[in-house]
Amino acid sequence: MKTKAGKKVLLTLVCAALTIALSACSGGKADEASSQITIGIPQDVDSLDPHKAVAAGTDEVLFNVFEGLVKPDSEGNLNDAVAESHTISEDGKVYTFTLREGVKFHDGTAVTAQDVKYSLDRCADAGSGAPLVSAFSAIDSINVVDDKTVEIVLKEGDTDFLPYLTVAIIPESNQDPEGNPIGTGPYKFVSRTPQESIVLQKFDDYWGTPANIETVKLQIIANADTIVTSLNGGGVDMFARITQAQADQLSDQFDVLEGTMNLVQAMYLNNAKAPFDNEKVRQALCYAVDPQGIMDMISDGKGTQIGSSMFPAFGKYYMPELNDLYPTDIEKAKQLLAEAGYPDGFRFTLTVPSNYQQHVDTAQVIAEQLKQIGVTADIQLVEWESWLSDVYTDRNYEATVVGVDASSLTAAALLRRFTSDAPNNFINFKDPAYDEAFAAAQESTDDAEKTAHYKECETILAEDAANVYIQDLPSFVALNKKYGGYEFYPLYVQDFAKLYLVDEQANQ
Amino acid sequence: MKYVAKKLAGMLITLLVVSFLVFAAFAVIPGDPATAMLGTEATPESVEALREQMGLNEPLLLRFGSWAVRFVQGDFGTSYRYSMPVRDMIAEKIPVTLTLTVLSFLMMTAVSIPLGIFCGHHAGGRADRTVLVIDQVIMSVPPFFSGILITLLFGLVLHLFTPGGYVSYTVSPLGFVGYLVFPSVAIALPKAAMAVKLLRTSVLSEMKLDYVRTAYSRGNRTKAVLYRHVLKNAMIPVVTFLGMALADMVAGSIVIEQVFNIPGLGRILLTSISNRDYPVVQAIIVFIAFLVIFTNFLVDLIYQRMDPRITLD
Repeated sequence: MKTKAGKKVLLTLVCAALTIALSACSGGKADEASSQITIGIPQDVDSLDPHKAVAAGTDEVLFNVFEGLVKPDSEGNLNDAVAESHTISEDGKVYTFTLREGVKFHDGTAVTAQDVKYSLDRCADAGSGAPLVSAFSAIDSINVVDDKTVEIVLKEGDTDFLPYLTVAIIPESNQDPEGNPIGTGPYKFVSRTPQESIVLQKFDDYWGTPANIETVKLQIIANADTIVTSLNGGGVDMFARITQAQADQLSDQFDVLEGTMNLVQAMYLNNAKAPFDNEKVRQALCYAVDPQGIMDMISDGKGTQIGSSMFPAFGKYYMPELNDLYPTDIEKAKQLLAEAGYPDGFRFTLTVPSNYQQHVDTAQVIAEQLKQIGVTADIQLVEWESWLSDVYTDRNYEATVVGVDASSLTAAALLRRFTSDAPNNFINFKDPAYDEAFAAAQESTDDAEKTAHYKECETILAEDAANVYIQDLPSFVALNKKYGGYEFYPLYVQDFAKLYLVDEQANQ
Repeated sequence: MKYVAKKLAGMLITLLVVSFLVFAAFAVIPGDPATAMLGTEATPESVEALREQMGLNEPLLLRFGSWAVRFVQGDFGTSYRYSMPVRDMIAEKIPVTLTLTVLSFLMMTAVSIPLGIFCGHHAGGRADRTVLVIDQVIMSVPPFFSGILITLLFGLVLHLFTPGGYVSYTVSPLGFVGYLVFPSVAIALPKAAMAVKLLRTSVLSEMKLDYVRTAYSRGNRTKAVLYRHVLKNAMIPVVTFLGMALADMVAGSIVIEQVFNIPGLGRILLTSISNRDYPVVQAIIVFIAFLVIFTNFLVDLIYQRMDPRITLD
């Protein structure tokens, strides 16, 4: 009797286990025949309407679906896209675009000059308080000259306005840009399941080089801890911006590609708060912090040192010579601190957004390095949203470690924020000489002169020790060896059209 | 009837208090949905315009009041971040989390009740002692950790499922349930272990009572005594536990969803909290609170069915 009951229980358990194992088997097999790639992204898009989307993570996805009059390439150049050619008037006031023949929207209709005007007007419309694209407040009028020509007139001359014209061109006839996004890019939108996935499909009538892979599935992986298991387990083929630690855990099915993040990582100092209102204190910190030491600690020495608010992808504006302005020198740092009236050092709070592991790690190394000169940094981790409101908007902080990126490929995108009255000057930097140099750069229409003025700005930032500049962080992309063709952009962009299946390429 | 009315009133008050607490919490914690949405490109004007548009400039009580009125009417509001109706957003995710919960609940009961009775009946035997030791170990491993171990063993070593390869129920219902099996095991394990232990103790103490001896003396076989007489009484504390466990599993699935990358309620809840997307958070919390209260209500009813001596008033 006793043993019989025991056997029954055992049998039930075994059956249950078998059912579980078998039913799980039926689910997992992926279809390998069609050309498809599953790409992991860390968050859902905030809007499918390209003009209303604000998150950088959305822009990098929509880059494949929408195009502007001009479009950046991986070298950082702006090429004509929906436009075939453009001219900029001598004074930088009138931008004239000739539209390209045969550019079609995803619904099959041809792009007209009216669609272009509609799209740009939509971004410039200040009806809801502020224009959708804030830079568009500089636009005076947008005129359709003829079927193939559109003219944009600015209120004041600005030869640096072209990068803003990457805004998406969308059809005027589309009543529902949010639910049914239609653009001109190499991929068209198929479906979206919120917080889950987005499916894109190759657009066959694309005007330029068509995409290689038929279907792109973007899978949202919100929890960073599951990225590695999802990749190794085969659920996801590609994930951009993984950390060094994650890259180390990947199986040999993956290539880890290394590029740069294209941002200015620094310990940003609130220049309006004591003791950071004292230039000598800031310089002392610069002498005490060793960027190479930080890179060695957090990413095996990878990364590119920077000495001002400019990173190497900007080419002609980047000034490597500024990296040597503050060689690590503890004695010099101590001396400067003494001169500033802090011979025994001081204590401050270093606020860091907790969701960026690289910045958290950097802050910890900085805190260690600063101990050498008697300065104590109390690291305070905050959520990104708290950081945005307290540090960035309200400027209520002493120092913070973050990376600042460029919203467009202009030096102004990085340097404008340090002018005295810039609304996003979150470090409260004030220097009349800087304002003057920046204004001169803006007004200048000669490229060499412009570059010289921007370089002057960079030099001032470095010499005033506005911030403790560290590095442009390395960026790692995990890509399954079945695929190739990944390209790094100097902007926050993922170009899916260049990806290809390795076997397919070999057969051609 | 009086009981049901009383219970319903209590339920409404609890829901009201819970949702107000969420509202108040968001008013206190730092971070603002408008700045969260606009990010680093925000200008003071655009933030202000967005705040106005979201109705964030009105006083807290007024906002809560108008939210509650609309909520009762079935209008859950619009997500700040994804500008889509909260109702649609959640409706798609509820089946995911509920399937996960129901699946793990079924596993828990299917394993723990027979095993609990077996152990209670064979207390002190070798099988019982082995089960008890394993039980103790399983009980002390939290679901998120067993989830990681399960991913490692069944996903990466044995390849029984693809980690991160979640299949939506709209695409393939079978694949969907298949993917949820392993997460459900992770949720069910510690709860099942607790239920086994509880039922074992309960059966043991019932077996010592007089009515069992009487039942035996009337010539009943062990099986009959066990299932017809003892189980009914022994189940009372276990039902309480199962009810609590069911509510707990909804919360547990929120954690497990992160481990297995399942886009259910938990995923939306967490991202919405960090996006300060109040309407979404509100609706999900109220939904979970409702589930907890409702299961409690069910447990009360089951009690009475099992033992008419228990009065509800």
